[in-house]
Amino acid sequence: MIRLPDPKPETLARRDAIVAGLSDIVPSTSLISDETRLKPYETDGLSAYRQMPLAVALPETTEQVAAVLRFCHQNGVRVVPRGAGTSLSGGALPMEDAVVVGMMKMNRILDINYPDRVATVQAGVTNIGITNAVAADGFFYAPDPSSQLACMIGGNVNMNSGGAHCLKYGVTANNLLGLKIVTIDGEILDIGGEHLDAAGYDWLGLLTGSEGMLAVVTEVTVRILRSPEGARAMLAAFTSNEIAGRCVDAIIASGIIPVALEFMDRPAIHACEAFAHAGYPLDAEAMLIIEVEGSVAEQDDLLEQLKAICQRFDPISLKVSQSAEESAAIWKGRKGAFGAIGRISPDYLCMDGTIPTSRLPEVLRRIGEMSDSYGLKVANIFHAGDGNLHPLIMFDANDPASFQKAEMFGADILKLCVEVGGCLTGEHGVGVEKRDLMPVQFAPHELAQQRAIKSAFDPDWLLNPSKVFPLIDPVAMAKAA
Amino acid sequence: MQTNFSLEQLKNPDTAVANQVLRSCVHCGMCTATCPTFLLLGDELDSPRGRIYLIKDMLEKGQPATEAVVRHVDRCLSCLSCMTTCPSGVHYMHLVDHARAYIENTYKRPFTERLLRGVLGAIIPRPLLFRAALVAARVARPFAGLIPGQSMLAQRLRALLALAPTHLPGPSAVERPGIHPALGARKARVALLAGCAQQVLSPSINEATIRLLTRLGVEVVVAAEAGCCGSLNHHMGQHDAAMLRARANIEAWSALDVDAIIVNASGCGTTIKDYGFMFREYPLREKAEKVAALAKDVTEFLAGFGYAATRAAPGLTVAYHSACSLQHGQQITAAPKTLLGRAGFRVVEAAEGHICCGSAGTYNMLQPAIAGQLRARKLANIKARKPDLIAAGNIGCLTQLAGDELPVVHTIELLDWMAGGPKPATVP
Repeated sequence: MIRLPDPKPETLARRDAIVAGLSDIVPSTSLISDETRLKPYETDGLSAYRQMPLAVALPETTEQVAAVLRFCHQNGVRVVPRGAGTSLSGGALPMEDAVVVGMMKMNRILDINYPDRVATVQAGVTNIGITNAVAADGFFYAPDPSSQLACMIGGNVNMNSGGAHCLKYGVTANNLLGLKIVTIDGEILDIGGEHLDAAGYDWLGLLTGSEGMLAVVTEVTVRILRSPEGARAMLAAFTSNEIAGRCVDAIIASGIIPVALEFMDRPAIHACEAFAHAGYPLDAEAMLIIEVEGSVAEQDDLLEQLKAICQRFDPISLKVSQSAEESAAIWKGRKGAFGAIGRISPDYLCMDGTIPTSRLPEVLRRIGEMSDSYGLKVANIFHAGDGNLHPLIMFDANDPASFQKAEMFGADILKLCVEVGGCLTGEHGVGVEKRDLMPVQFAPHELAQQRAIKSAFDPDWLLNPSKVFPLIDPVAMAKAA
Repeated sequence: MQTNFSLEQLKNPDTAVANQVLRSCVHCGMCTATCPTFLLLGDELDSPRGRIYLIKDMLEKGQPATEAVVRHVDRCLSCLSCMTTCPSGVHYMHLVDHARAYIENTYKRPFTERLLRGVLGAIIPRPLLFRAALVAARVARPFAGLIPGQSMLAQRLRALLALAPTHLPGPSAVERPGIHPALGARKARVALLAGCAQQVLSPSINEATIRLLTRLGVEVVVAAEAGCCGSLNHHMGQHDAAMLRARANIEAWSALDVDAIIVNASGCGTTIKDYGFMFREYPLREKAEKVAALAKDVTEFLAGFGYAATRAAPGLTVAYHSACSLQHGQQITAAPKTLLGRAGFRVVEAAEGHICCGSAGTYNMLQPAIAGQLRARKLANIKARKPDLIAAGNIGCLTQLAGDELPVVHTIELLDWMAGGPKPATVP
């Protein structure tokens, strides 16, 4: 079980008074404080880690968010912001003495500005909800995390989420124009707006990926793009992970940027095919989903070049999607991949390291060796084009020893990513999951600088304080410095 | 997902099944996105994942259900949209069905609620009683506005009266037990679920079904001992009553030699197709599995059997409303639309087609506020497509969506019309 900071005894002792105070701020339907109903809020997408919160508030407006934060700040109460609760790094894991502030009721599209191609939405709008709102007019919002159906844009900003199509379009940070945020003392701030490049220092850059530790995001302004004329996916099947890895590297080295370049290994192919019936090659050890877009001529040209590259690696099969339905099924399988692993294993840990693409074959081979030595199966599903790995380590949460091994296996994979010149997290965030590995990536003085930024926004470390950094008492440390 | 059941608890076969379902959930949260109540209420507790967690906690503790759990499980429509969305294949239906029965056995609802649920469970499945109740409700309907207050009971009573039709057709002769021979050479023989509420509210649906099938060369048997499928009781957690009704149907249909059991109310179809599971621990299991395997939605049967229009296309645009029990419960999505297209209608689908209309069996009577919001949302989405009428394959949806500007009609009535039957009364 993950260690959390010791709860503040004074907060626990004042629980009833804190709940009463919150009940003056949010409607009764937006406040949860009884044990039974708090239980489902004890975890997020990383259900191996659980902790009951003090209370849950579900504000309906930015003003209510501000009032809740102001109240918590005045009373020294910790706050854990939460979007859809789909985090795979435990970003929304509660604390015993913290109020969870959930953004799910703030799910309105506020403004769509087609001439300037921007949309402003509340933080609780789902990622796909933005695209759905503009799709009929021929637009879309580009970053597409696999959980895009459910995950919320506020969470995307806080984790700087990516997705399959980020190879071409960039991640959340590259598609973000403005934010409305609330600081821990209840101040409402607008940053950026409906135009490119916010004035002054790059506050958007700082806040994006800050994992709910600097402020609570309540509104988001994003760039929307014209939908491409068309897109086609190709499935390329190979006889080993390494060969597929080499093919990925060759594609990137050729200078072609497919709109998506996704990798699945054998266990992943089988689990996803059972869910999506997409015609995945069940005889393959590894498969690439390579998607191109544009006019038909453009697609044809790119597909021919990509086929030629794939041919050099003796593919078992190369199959180009023949219809929109087929493409949809191919992506349904990929985007439901993590859940589909639930068909072959009761539980999994999803890793999220990035590596230089040239090291793919080596890293995949070493993950395979680790899998053998730990005796735990691993399914590899990831954004190969940008070197963002998602090895899914399968274990049985009802068997504590298996969970412990899975955690160690995961840590070894992430250390390997750093060793080959990559990074601990591509798009899921550090959360609690990778918190204790931060010193593998950063030197002590680098971590101290990052903590100083947190302290500048939130001197008392009330906002999501148990995440991202290895547990030490940051307030005492800041004072000592 | 991790579970905490003792070996003793897992000896209970229902708990063992619940454990299997819970273990298949990886808590990814995809289901929240397509859940109608999460969409409206924005609370994890009113999402499938939240309910799964509440149910898990309740079952693990093994203690009586509490008001908190009951409130959120009651708000579930059992629309099963979550099952279509779930990548892990979590069988939410079996879990929530078990939870409802567990609640019924361990939780004492307030008196008026017990009374209401008891009355609904006793009357609606019995056509004669239901007809009498509807006549009474029609008399009382003008006085609905006189029911004071905003209490749940007052809301529910007003909803009940509002749902009672202003015009009640007389009983039809066709659904009486008997055999309707095929016209011409017999190509197939089927049993028809004559049902309960539907034959009272809209006897023309069974009439159209029998007309169309016999015209296509299908002999249709209405079994004397078969009646309500049991789903109404099943979804209120009234386990024994549900099993009694299901048992009668299983015995009645098992005695027949038929190629299929035709269901034209998809809510019933979902339950009949689950008979095998419901009777997994009973001696009737084999028969139940056979019946479940023979059950076909009428559009599912026609899509495989063959259907062709004989009249000229009427030039009407039909908004096809996919009942949750068809699209999520039975995963039948294309057949009704394909058939309506073959019949000569222009078929359109509204946005948010995967979201429930709020009918959900007795839900619109027990949860009128949420049901009303879903109805308004559904009608607004449908009207945006500017159709001439709405078609659906489930009496619950038809009743729920009726009474607005657009006529509502069962898919089978439109198919029968275009293949030589009379024009449905509701079509302008």
